Amino acid sequence: MQRLLPALGRSLAFFKSGNIAPVVGAAAARDTTWYFNGVLRGRRWNATSAAPSLASRVAGKNEFKVKFIREGKTYDAYGKAGDTLLDVIINNDLDFDGFGACEGTLACSTCHVIVPQAEFDRLPNKPCDEELDMLDLAYDLTKTSRLGCQIEISADLDGIEVTIPATRHDARG
Amino acid sequence: MRLQPARPLSLLRRFYSSEISRGNPLRVAIVGSGPAGFYSAQYLIKNLHDAQVDMFEKYPVPFGLVRFGVAPDHPEVKNVIHSFTTTAKLENFRFLGGVCVGTTITVPELLARYHAVILAYGAGKDKFLGIPGESGANVMSAREIVGWYNGLPEDAALNPDLSSPTAVIIGQGNVAVDVARILLTPPDLLAKTDITQHALAALRKSRIRNVYLVGRRGPAQVAFTVREFRELTKLTNVNTVFSHSDLDTIRTGLGNFPRHRKRLMELALSSGERPIKADSKNCHLKFMLSPRKIVKADGVIHAVNFTVNRMEDPLDPHSAVIPTDDILTVKCGLVLRSIGYEAEPVDKSLPFDKSKHLIPNDQGRVESPAKGLYCSGWIKRGPVGVILTTMNDAYETVDSLLDDLKAGLINVEERKPSREAVVEFLRSRQCDPVTFPEWEAIDAEEMKRGEAVGKPREKLVDVRDMISVAKKVDLDLAHEEAL
Repeated sequence: MQRLLPALGRSLAFFKSGNIAPVVGAAAARDTTWYFNGVLRGRRWNATSAAPSLASRVAGKNEFKVKFIREGKTYDAYGKAGDTLLDVIINNDLDFDGFGACEGTLACSTCHVIVPQAEFDRLPNKPCDEELDMLDLAYDLTKTSRLGCQIEISADLDGIEVTIPATRHDARG
Repeated sequence: MRLQPARPLSLLRRFYSSEISRGNPLRVAIVGSGPAGFYSAQYLIKNLHDAQVDMFEKYPVPFGLVRFGVAPDHPEVKNVIHSFTTTAKLENFRFLGGVCVGTTITVPELLARYHAVILAYGAGKDKFLGIPGESGANVMSAREIVGWYNGLPEDAALNPDLSSPTAVIIGQGNVAVDVARILLTPPDLLAKTDITQHALAALRKSRIRNVYLVGRRGPAQVAFTVREFRELTKLTNVNTVFSHSDLDTIRTGLGNFPRHRKRLMELALSSGERPIKADSKNCHLKFMLSPRKIVKADGVIHAVNFTVNRMEDPLDPHSAVIPTDDILTVKCGLVLRSIGYEAEPVDKSLPFDKSKHLIPNDQGRVESPAKGLYCSGWIKRGPVGVILTTMNDAYETVDSLLDDLKAGLINVEERKPSREAVVEFLRSRQCDPVTFPEWEAIDAEEMKRGEAVGKPREKLVDVRDMISVAKKVDLDLAHEEAL
């Protein structure tokens, strides 16, 4: 393994969240996703044990599945009815940079997700003015954009696939 | 090193890390502890877990504009403090409060002690209108009044005179709307926030019934966002007043605005069409006016004279603003300018763009012969944008830094003075930095004082008080003893 390392080009980019999953996980199995943790959820990065893989995990009793797609990678996560997508991301230790900065209080747009049209139409609660006000400030806004903190999962939405737009292009910059 | 074959990711990361740093971790100084500083620290440590970060802050207390800028009635925006605190408690992170970079320690002195320095100290100055009458009592910047109600030490004694019925705010950004809202909100509601007690007491005695929000351009070009304006429209004791002609302009353009502008304009229209309640306070939105003179008698403000402007196409955001010969006078007793912040160089050694008021940079790399110098946040791109903008901006800067490290442009092999030596150096300059645990003592004291008056927090507004609580010494007593 030590010999392998220089071949990786000493790329510090390797440490970036998006790059770890394909190096280790994607080759092994399509659905394998390495869940790891940065600074937000404790300091497991520095511990000898890596963050756990939830790859083999299946939905528990009364749990529903959510697929998050971010920068072309898929992350499976599970939650209970009534959990918001933001709750699911936190409870599954998905470390998406800056996601949910205001902690679900409709004061930012960092938990912006894009929902497929069919599920978007089925969502029981329509966005309130305050949610739309925040979405107005989001990057890559689409007609089926919502804030993750406002979508509650349920049996009806089991297996829902939502896209998290890339955060790093600031048109106003 | 304890190896666990079952954890290939961990193994790889640890090997890789030691390959890079060879026991010599990257040492980074971040100047400023607001969102730009903390998001930079967070993202850097996440991507380079053995990086050692020292964050220098001018005040003994952290979080910059989250503490001193975000309105007291927006506690939810301050939730970012939770994740900043998690970062601050990492053992490879240090908070060094009460250290003034540029005077206590210069940027070249930082560069001698760290492999990289990220400047994230924001924009602390105001723009001036440049009109007669601008200096003197009761003409101040919105930034100062925000600092006054949010407990910024240098603005604690601002003492604005709120005895006149009318205040004029020049500018139509979110800061202007925040200030208008604080001036018009019933004080009993503010009493449940962390607004400073001196501001609350003054607002309880305030006689302000009319606030004018005045813009140089038309209603279709306002800079505030819909969320902030919606809060204003929700104040049940406040009319939002538009002129008929401005409402007509909005109606004409409504079909062609992009989504966010359309929603804002619809809200402006619906709030402007509501019947005016005679017993309510008023927030007047006035457009196409440029201030030309603040009229005073015996040093007391009587009015502001405005030049009336026109625009070739009031719906075109790029249409030129043309002054006319007409003058409009608004009687008032308080004038607040809210036309933007300005950054300044903290250190003579820094390059500075005097027209854009920022540090010239390429994706956060400071354009300077000095190696390892970066910038993030408002000092990098100018004082605009919400926390999300600053977050993305910090990530871009740290990506540049990591790319430079990868390309060998930052020499991690270079030995730097130890972490302890930095503190010893600061002490040699009569500065004993406030640590994060010491800030937590201030935090606990503020919450205790808040609880006593039914508020989430009562901020300490005097730097000496902050240091007394942090260091558990009575500075006044210590001073007397020294004498």
